[in-house]
Amino acid sequence: MSKIPKKKAKKPKDKKWARADGRKLDELRPTKLEVGVLANADGSAYIEQGKNKILAGVYGPHELHPKHRARPDRAVLQFRYHMAPFSVDDRKHPAPSRREIELSKVARWALEPALFLEYYPRASIDLYTEVLQADGGTRCASITVAALALADAGIPMRDLVVACAAGKVDGHLVLDLTDVEDKNGEADMPVALMPNFNAITLLQMDGQLTSKEYEKTLSLALDGCGQLYKIQKETLMSKYVSAKEEVEE
Amino acid sequence: MPTFYENRQLVTPGDLLAEGNYLTGDNTYKENDKIYSTRIGLVNYKERRIHVTALKAFYVPQVGDIVIGRVAEVGISGWMIDINAPYPAVLRASDVLDRPFRPQRNDLPSIFNEDDLLIAKVVAYDRTRDPMLTVRESGLGKVTHGLVVKITPTKIPRVIGRKGSMISMLKRETECRITLGQNGLVLISGKTLEDEQIAAMAIRKIEEESHTSGLTDRITQMVRKEKGGVENT
Repeated sequence: MSKIPKKKAKKPKDKKWARADGRKLDELRPTKLEVGVLANADGSAYIEQGKNKILAGVYGPHELHPKHRARPDRAVLQFRYHMAPFSVDDRKHPAPSRREIELSKVARWALEPALFLEYYPRASIDLYTEVLQADGGTRCASITVAALALADAGIPMRDLVVACAAGKVDGHLVLDLTDVEDKNGEADMPVALMPNFNAITLLQMDGQLTSKEYEKTLSLALDGCGQLYKIQKETLMSKYVSAKEEVEE
Repeated sequence: MPTFYENRQLVTPGDLLAEGNYLTGDNTYKENDKIYSTRIGLVNYKERRIHVTALKAFYVPQVGDIVIGRVAEVGISGWMIDINAPYPAVLRASDVLDRPFRPQRNDLPSIFNEDDLLIAKVVAYDRTRDPMLTVRESGLGKVTHGLVVKITPTKIPRVIGRKGSMISMLKRETECRITLGQNGLVLISGKTLEDEQIAAMAIRKIEEESHTSGLTDRITQMVRKEKGGVENT
């Protein structure tokens, strides 16, 4: 009878452990942002974060239809998070799923504190994010790109909003999980932040973490937000700086 | 009382502009004695007041503004006008006719029909009511000919220029009549289509390069060059 090898306990501080894509534990995926990519929307932006590709468009503020949904004291923010049928391996049915409806709602909650909705009573601001290709962390990337589109539309904001996830994979706390890491990992924590106020506007978590791990993961996610904010801000400014340089040459 | 940027430096929403005893101007807000920007734009410290000149914004009606709008809907006793703002504007028939309005007699579409363009003035607006317009003043009314260009409303002051330098130069050089709507629509009417197109091109260029210096001179040169080109052919 052959010996069944004893299952080795996972060592949390295994030095040989590496992430599937070779990133450091606290490293973001390569991220590229663009603003003003759509001619017909009032404001727009595009993000590529690793294999994620998301497009965002903003309309408004404008009249809200149906009118009974309008609020007499403030504007209504409407957010649609939607995944294209070709965004995942198996074709996704194009109708909004339970998950998409929920993500639309949490993303809206993450952005609302940054807007002066009370300035535009009875009106509506419509935000559409379309996930063209998904690889984990699309809710965070949607929030980041949506905030950029709002700024591009010239809608007054208290602050930009950035979002980034951190979590636990094979006993290691890591930043910006991919789809595989999220599904095989122990925990995932998406966080949205208004960076100049250091105010968290979204905090979710699934899986299990000890309270110490929780704190570390949160600070890891906040660091990631900080890094993303830099990219976000540079992107927004570059639209106007490049125009300026072109002229002055 | 520190300030954190140079005059005319580019800022983004949420940037901390100043701390302490300052006053908020355009596109800024105050929280805990700190002043932040709310839009992408150029910061302007004017003594104690801080403004941000927005590079992109939408039109918010103000009483007294001249606007160019499109008739969106002909109603029973008036028209709904799209003025490129968050709210549709109302133009009442009784304000247009110089005699009492009689719904049975007066045919509203024959006065202004759907898709007509109007030059109008905002006479009433606050946050509880949609803006109200009038056309009973000289220079207002239906647009019958010309070219309309749409630009970001915040750039209208740049098209006017300091003490009207830009707009008077444009009118002189292109020989067109130019009506600026505060809502970002500009009506150009000239003798020939070419003249109108040159003026439209110049206005689009102003929009793109509004935040750069020496713009009036560059636009003058461009218009003269284009005009010369047209005359030679």
